[in-house]
Amino acid sequence: MATPTTGRIDVRKTYKLFIGGAFPRSESGYSYVVNDTKGRFVANAALASRKDARDAVVAARKAFGGWSSRTAYNRAQILYRVAEVMEDRRPQFVLAVQQSEGLSASKAGAVVDTAIDRLVWYAGWADKLTQVVGNANPVAGPFFNLSTPEPTGVVAVLAPQESSLLGLVSVIAPVVVSGNTAVVVSSYDRPLPAVTLAEVLATSDVPGGVINLLTGSAATVGPWLASHMDVNALDLVGIAGDTTLATELEVAAADNLKRVRRAPAAEPDWTLAPGLDGMTDFLEIKTVWHPMGV
Amino acid sequence: MSFEYAPAPESRSIVDLKSSYGLFINGEFVDGHGSAFKTISPATEEVLAEVAEANDADVDAAVKAARRAYDKVWSKLSGAERAKYLYRIARIIQERARELAVLESLDNGKPIKESRDVDIPIVAAHFFYYAGWADKLEYALPQNAGSRTDPKALGVAGQIIPWNFPLLMLAWKIAPALACGNTVVLKPAETTPLTALLFAEICQQADLPPGVVNIVTGAGGTGQALVSHPDVDKVAFTGSTDVGKAIARAIAGTSKKATLELGGKAANIVFDDAPLDQAVEGIVTGIFFNQGHVCCAGSRLLVQESIADELLEKLKRRMGTLRVGDPLDKNTDIGAINSAEQLARIRELSDIGEQEGAGRWSPPCDLPSRGFWFPPTLFTGVTQAHRIAREEVFGPVLSVLTFRTPSEAVEKANNTPYGLSAGVWTEKGSRILHMAGALRAGVVWANTFNQFDPTSPFGGYKESGYGREGGRHGLGAYLKGGE
Repeated sequence: MATPTTGRIDVRKTYKLFIGGAFPRSESGYSYVVNDTKGRFVANAALASRKDARDAVVAARKAFGGWSSRTAYNRAQILYRVAEVMEDRRPQFVLAVQQSEGLSASKAGAVVDTAIDRLVWYAGWADKLTQVVGNANPVAGPFFNLSTPEPTGVVAVLAPQESSLLGLVSVIAPVVVSGNTAVVVSSYDRPLPAVTLAEVLATSDVPGGVINLLTGSAATVGPWLASHMDVNALDLVGIAGDTTLATELEVAAADNLKRVRRAPAAEPDWTLAPGLDGMTDFLEIKTVWHPMGV
Repeated sequence: MSFEYAPAPESRSIVDLKSSYGLFINGEFVDGHGSAFKTISPATEEVLAEVAEANDADVDAAVKAARRAYDKVWSKLSGAERAKYLYRIARIIQERARELAVLESLDNGKPIKESRDVDIPIVAAHFFYYAGWADKLEYALPQNAGSRTDPKALGVAGQIIPWNFPLLMLAWKIAPALACGNTVVLKPAETTPLTALLFAEICQQADLPPGVVNIVTGAGGTGQALVSHPDVDKVAFTGSTDVGKAIARAIAGTSKKATLELGGKAANIVFDDAPLDQAVEGIVTGIFFNQGHVCCAGSRLLVQESIADELLEKLKRRMGTLRVGDPLDKNTDIGAINSAEQLARIRELSDIGEQEGAGRWSPPCDLPSRGFWFPPTLFTGVTQAHRIAREEVFGPVLSVLTFRTPSEAVEKANNTPYGLSAGVWTEKGSRILHMAGALRAGVVWANTFNQFDPTSPFGGYKESGYGREGGRHGLGAYLKGGE
């Protein structure tokens, strides 16, 4: 954090990627300049490369078996813990949002509060989704028949460009609450809240690889994720309005029939109450039959 | 000792085959403007009828009719009124059940006992089930819970169905679409158009408002025109994975929604504590029902090593009792392969199976000289590297692999880009539930196989497609806020 110094030289942070629970620099060695909304230098952020994205997918795939087989209660507790730690670091997040989005302290405070509350809301869904989305089916024969949701696997998320914390939390939480793991490309111009969030994730009992955060360009990294054959689903909200790129990524995703959450025409209003589709878009319904008989 | 069965032919006389059929657009049969083609009986190669081909202009007319019907009539009806049309259709299907079953077996090649006892009854039940949802849509989607407004339909649905269960696939598409308030343009497969055209007649008998259902017959060109038509809001496709991917590419960047129900290479897993006779019935149903022309067929048998020999002996004995022959004979178990093309593909992959070193076996079979036939076949000594373990044959061909431990079975079963269905045979309850959770497939049959019901969601993981058909979940495909 660049603060005017009066005497003491501050120890400035290096902004790195978050992959597999660790904070590596980009393997490319590249970084890019991040300015605040007034154009003042804030930091050099790691510029994620294709290899970083592939490493993140490997980490996410490795984490999927464990994360999806934890109890829903456990996943809920972990996401709630993330909210606790975020709340504890509220001042840090408020400053990050002020700096990234040019908001006043009180407006940034409202954004952070909503982000924390949103996370708590999603945490509570972990052990309820099955009850709301799944059901038994009264088939016309002597069979037990049950449909339940399962996580689809590794989800690549292009996070929103403008809403650097609230939007970010709003696209990550619904993916992982059900047991998916995520590879997230943060906002390009506003990556710093994502890096702070990564630090919270690393200290909140979230297993390494469940959420991987890549700072960098959705336009550069997106195509590699969209065409990656070990990615199961794609959220394109971060390229809202870029119909050419969105089409290109949707075409690439068809190679292994990724489930695609399409890019909207414009970035959504993240203050509105979310529906369930952020979660249900990344669920598979499994139906099990067994005969009943003595 | 061999049983000789006296012929038990089902009469064809109930079917009134016309020499040629037009397209069904806006409530009427009209001429098509493409090149008419013939549909044949795959059992005898006789021509059944000439069928119109819908060209781009015909498809456009059909979509316009569907749009007009949606705007002016169907979207203005209450759910309860839409329901009544669907109930009428369900009841007429039951009334004409025998006629539909005979026509389906003639055009498709499947045994009459399947079309009579499985296909047509589920078709009627499917329309009956979804009729009842039409006025209850506020309960269809969890996100709507508590809201007092109905979720909205998507508009006009373009639907493309395959040849393996012609009328059943039509029911799976049209019933939920109409119940949710959409209108449809449906293209049946080019080798099996006749029951769709008879369904069109049933729509007339039910006084369904013109344009709500439109049937455009044709082949790949007609399908492409439908998928790419700018005024289609929703694409629903059942067919091969390759074509499914092409459709996903074609609609990228548009606002069209799609559900895809594609191929599979399901593992049917038999543990050493499974009741072997029941498992054998399940294996036989799994791969020889409908000549193996089933996306969710149990085409890979994974048998625990310790019982493999005993199971295979029983399986071969049972395969020897299967009767291949005239689809209209009520004794027939395995009917004709649907087309010359499909037969060629089955033969090619079976030859490859031999070349790659698997052990090929079929019971002795007298196959008719005319028509398209393939005996029930199994391959032993198959490994995951063999093409017949990886590629969908879509015929009566079973690949047999073995395993030692449950985790090996899971690993082998999931080692496929597909994920439509799976079977598990074991008497141990906790193992059933463990396997059901571990298998990455949209449908898991435990101690049973090939069970279908209108209330039960069906669809795949991974490259077997996305979206579900059947049950409450099947409504999501045809409502805003759903899929």
